[in-house]
Amino acid sequence: MKLYLKVWRQENREAKGDMVSYDVDGISVHMSFLEMLDLLNERLIQKGERVIEFDHDCREGICGACGMMINGRAHGPLTGTTTCQLHMRSFKDGETVYIEPFRAAAFPVLRDLKIDRSAFDHIIQSGGYISASTGQAPESNSIPIAHEVTEAAFDAAACIGCGACVATCKNSSAALFTSAKVSHLVLLPQGKLEAANRVIKMVNQMDAEGFGHCSNTEACEVECPQEISVLHIGRMNYQYNKALVLRK
Amino acid sequence: MKQTTLTYKLVMAATGLFLCFFLVIHLLGNLQLLLPESEAREQFNWYSHLLSGNILIKIISYVLYLSLIGHAFYALVITKKNIKANGSSYVYDKRSQVSSWNSRNMGILGTIILIFLIIHFKDYWYEYKFGSLPLDAKGNKDLYSIVISSFQQGWYIIIYELSFLALGFHLLHGFFSASRTLGLYHPKYARVVRFFGWVYSILITLGFMLIPIYIYFNLNAL
Amino acid sequence: MIDAKIPVGQLADKWKNYKDNSKLINPANRKKLDIIVVGTGLAGSSCAATLAEQGYNVKSFCFQDSARRAHSVAAQGGVNAAKNYKNDGDSVYRMFYDTIKGGDFRSREANVYRLAECSLSLIDQAVAQGVPFAREYGGYLNNRSFGGVQVSRTFYARGQTGQQLMMGAYQALMRQVSEGKVQTYTRHEMLDLVLVDGKARGIIARNLETGEIERYAANAVVLATGGYGKVYYLSTLAMGCNSSAIWRAHKKGAYMSGVSWIQFHPTCLPQIGETQSKLTLMSESLRNDGRIWVPKKAGDERIPNNIPEEERDYYLERRYPTFGNLSPRDISSRAAKERIDAGCGVGPMKNAVCLDFSKAIKEQGRDKIEEKYGNLFRMYDKINGVDAYKEPMLISPAAHFTMGGLWVDYDLMTTIPGLFALGEANFSDHGANRLGANSLLQSCVDGYFIAPYTIPNYLSGELKAEKVTTDHSAFEEAENTVREQLSRFLSLKGHLSADHFHKTLGKLLYDKCGLSRTEESLKQAILDIKALKKSFDQELKITGDDQVNSELEKAGRVSDFLELGELMCYDALQREESCGAHFREEYQTPDGEAVRNDKDFCFVSAWEWKGEAEEPELHKEPLVFESVKLTVRSYK
Repeated sequence: MKLYLKVWRQENREAKGDMVSYDVDGISVHMSFLEMLDLLNERLIQKGERVIEFDHDCREGICGACGMMINGRAHGPLTGTTTCQLHMRSFKDGETVYIEPFRAAAFPVLRDLKIDRSAFDHIIQSGGYISASTGQAPESNSIPIAHEVTEAAFDAAACIGCGACVATCKNSSAALFTSAKVSHLVLLPQGKLEAANRVIKMVNQMDAEGFGHCSNTEACEVECPQEISVLHIGRMNYQYNKALVLRK
Repeated sequence: MKQTTLTYKLVMAATGLFLCFFLVIHLLGNLQLLLPESEAREQFNWYSHLLSGNILIKIISYVLYLSLIGHAFYALVITKKNIKANGSSYVYDKRSQVSSWNSRNMGILGTIILIFLIIHFKDYWYEYKFGSLPLDAKGNKDLYSIVISSFQQGWYIIIYELSFLALGFHLLHGFFSASRTLGLYHPKYARVVRFFGWVYSILITLGFMLIPIYIYFNLNAL
Repeated sequence: MIDAKIPVGQLADKWKNYKDNSKLINPANRKKLDIIVVGTGLAGSSCAATLAEQGYNVKSFCFQDSARRAHSVAAQGGVNAAKNYKNDGDSVYRMFYDTIKGGDFRSREANVYRLAECSLSLIDQAVAQGVPFAREYGGYLNNRSFGGVQVSRTFYARGQTGQQLMMGAYQALMRQVSEGKVQTYTRHEMLDLVLVDGKARGIIARNLETGEIERYAANAVVLATGGYGKVYYLSTLAMGCNSSAIWRAHKKGAYMSGVSWIQFHPTCLPQIGETQSKLTLMSESLRNDGRIWVPKKAGDERIPNNIPEEERDYYLERRYPTFGNLSPRDISSRAAKERIDAGCGVGPMKNAVCLDFSKAIKEQGRDKIEEKYGNLFRMYDKINGVDAYKEPMLISPAAHFTMGGLWVDYDLMTTIPGLFALGEANFSDHGANRLGANSLLQSCVDGYFIAPYTIPNYLSGELKAEKVTTDHSAFEEAENTVREQLSRFLSLKGHLSADHFHKTLGKLLYDKCGLSRTEESLKQAILDIKALKKSFDQELKITGDDQVNSELEKAGRVSDFLELGELMCYDALQREESCGAHFREEYQTPDGEAVRNDKDFCFVSAWEWKGEAEEPELHKEPLVFESVKLTVRSYK
């Protein structure tokens, strides 16, 4: 099949970018979306042009490195899918496909489709952990945790940090990402001790990184490859409000 | 403590919910307009008088003004921050496919409501407070007459109805959104509140929308 | 002869003795010591975080945009620990024995015992960090059995155990970043190791965002850069996985061991097109209910569902009646390859076998199968667009895990003083074949519990050493070598992409040094790789500049893979026996089973780099077994 691509090309952080057209034929329906870009890049090399830069690594939907806006949707037209797991059978022969980086002020473009998501690392650094140094741990079964609680914590902890929630949010809010971590940790007994401090620090950091606020449009849940629930945002808000009220 | 968007959101939620509560009081008052003309006039004027005299009501009314201003002000602050957070915009944007229109356009809906409120305040609140209204048989200011006469004009009704449609959509998202901001996360109760929000929004909207139409068609001969 | 420095004492006391006698550094002095950790997977993150907790200054490097993305994140199955929560007779010794036997008696007793011993603390540590391991309804931890052992000792978090452990380690690392004890350098790729007076004293790294070549000095360097299975191009590994860090350390003097021991995972999705970049792993658990078969007739063109029962060959059940479809990974993979080579493969490229659930669905009902494997069937559908409830899955073996790596002693130190290798990057614990759910364990144990003892033990001798800064001439030399290589790549006026060479190398290795090897194929492979390298040096084409340039990154990695591939062949050629994942066709029984040669090959190969034009030199570390008896692995 043949596709007409319009791809965002941008030299560096400061440069102005632009959509550039590429006609790509000889695409097989079995290819993944990233393999289709590999194919295009291979041809660009043959023509002596600079390849399209994009982030990708595991190509099995778990590392969270890949992520682009495909036809105006984060990770493309499917839900619950990362860009690397999107296959060309989801497109029609002769279709025009727009490819852009995830956009947010907190995710500056490095080159083409590569973006800087270190803001997410900063949010985790601000408190997204349980302070348990190596060697302090008690016997693991001495902390029984209900099956349902573990499963709920897992649901939140499944976040892959790809940034689709931010990209699809009309306000570029990182509420889903931040709340998934807050929720994961506060659900577990080990994580409750630091809950109040954690949530305040993480929310403040989220602001400091320049993310917008949450309007509860719930678009993030739809586009999240791990289908993380927006109810975690509710839990984060609860924890935050509680911490504000109880703060001395 | 540093002000964060989440605290702004709390203000939005609290003021929003207070306004929701006020809408119920307001609607209850307005429903008196549906009474037969003879009863309605005195009843409505009495109720209007009640709402302007009592100290408790006075306090509530100041909270109301503050809420309105606060809600609008923080909406502006937040929107400004969001625009900044967005950075450059997408060339090709289909993000609208994954969320409802009203949830994305609370600002526009809110602006429509704000414009309506200005008109509304000018026509009734200002008239009642500072205008020279005739008195009814019981000696209360005759707001009823102004209301009835304004609802004789088709264009006025259209503005009124459109504004309430905007309010309806605003409430539809706003009510549940406020509950999320306040921290409701339990799946079952989140569903219950969402359902309640829908029922509430529809009843309020229909209630307010019904009155002018009723008056237009039934009290035309006044 | 190289010395692994195994501590004295009974097997069970060795690690304790080591810890009791290792040298300590007082907290005030720790602040003066810098440690570089390359790689942020489970081994790297956990080691960096733990050393930082102890008070050392740690610099953590990864080529990804965040530490959290390291490929440990993709491990599915679980992590083993001899907790014996199931009360089914497990113990540290039994776990040690299973691992030694699973590795076909080609690993060190002392190391493996320590692995089993430390497995207990790892689960405690992970739970304390908030890793949501599966639990029973009573709130206690759950286990499942995994890969060819008789006890249930595998802890798991759905099919994302690696991700959850990774988050634990990543968060511990981020915590130390916020404490100011760790500095992270993401999007940085290590391109050379710097030696001063024969000791590892720093690295040269390329900032992948700006293209700058940067120097970093330290008192010790830790490589936790993972495996090199990506040498086959098509593998279950991430696209960025590479051997550059360990290979460049090797060229600076660190020995490489067990280089040709590469595990092929039997249940991966097959290649279906020339542009394919990845062979996705499907959980091994599918083999509990799926039956594996190929058509009896070679070259059968019918689609699988049209092949009647009597014309199907359930070759695993036929050859291994006792274990059947649950035979260990190396055996299942090899059996699949044997059938595919015989022309019985299915699928568009005739390179796959069927994994059939029709019997299980008939017997247990679709609901039951959906409950057990629903997510895997969905994943299969997502990738292939095929409903596996209606037709068999097509699977094939794919390169997965490298048992080989940098040679390390009991301290996890390579032959270069001050250079440590952790996790999959070293060779130490799995012998010639790794047991399922032992890789997460090894990387975590290395990082949390071993290196934090052994590195200080080394550093205590370095307190009085001369302070080395990046102005030292060794840094300049190393930097120049790196710069020269990069500018050579950019100046080549060839016409073939780095991927082209990578794919060619991968195919070549898969055919000649893959699931099975012969003397002839290996000798041929060495010649072919030499020719390919020559062509690479002339015909490579890189476009773009020296800033963000993924092609330039690939070129360096492929260049290292080419050299590593050659060493793999030498290693496989030298080992004239079949053991674990290493199957030499000359050494098999009449019915196709591996024949190990304990008399001549009960040693660890340790290869020394002798220069590009020279053949590598083999050193041998004899394996001494005091606690176990060497037996033949049989799954008949």
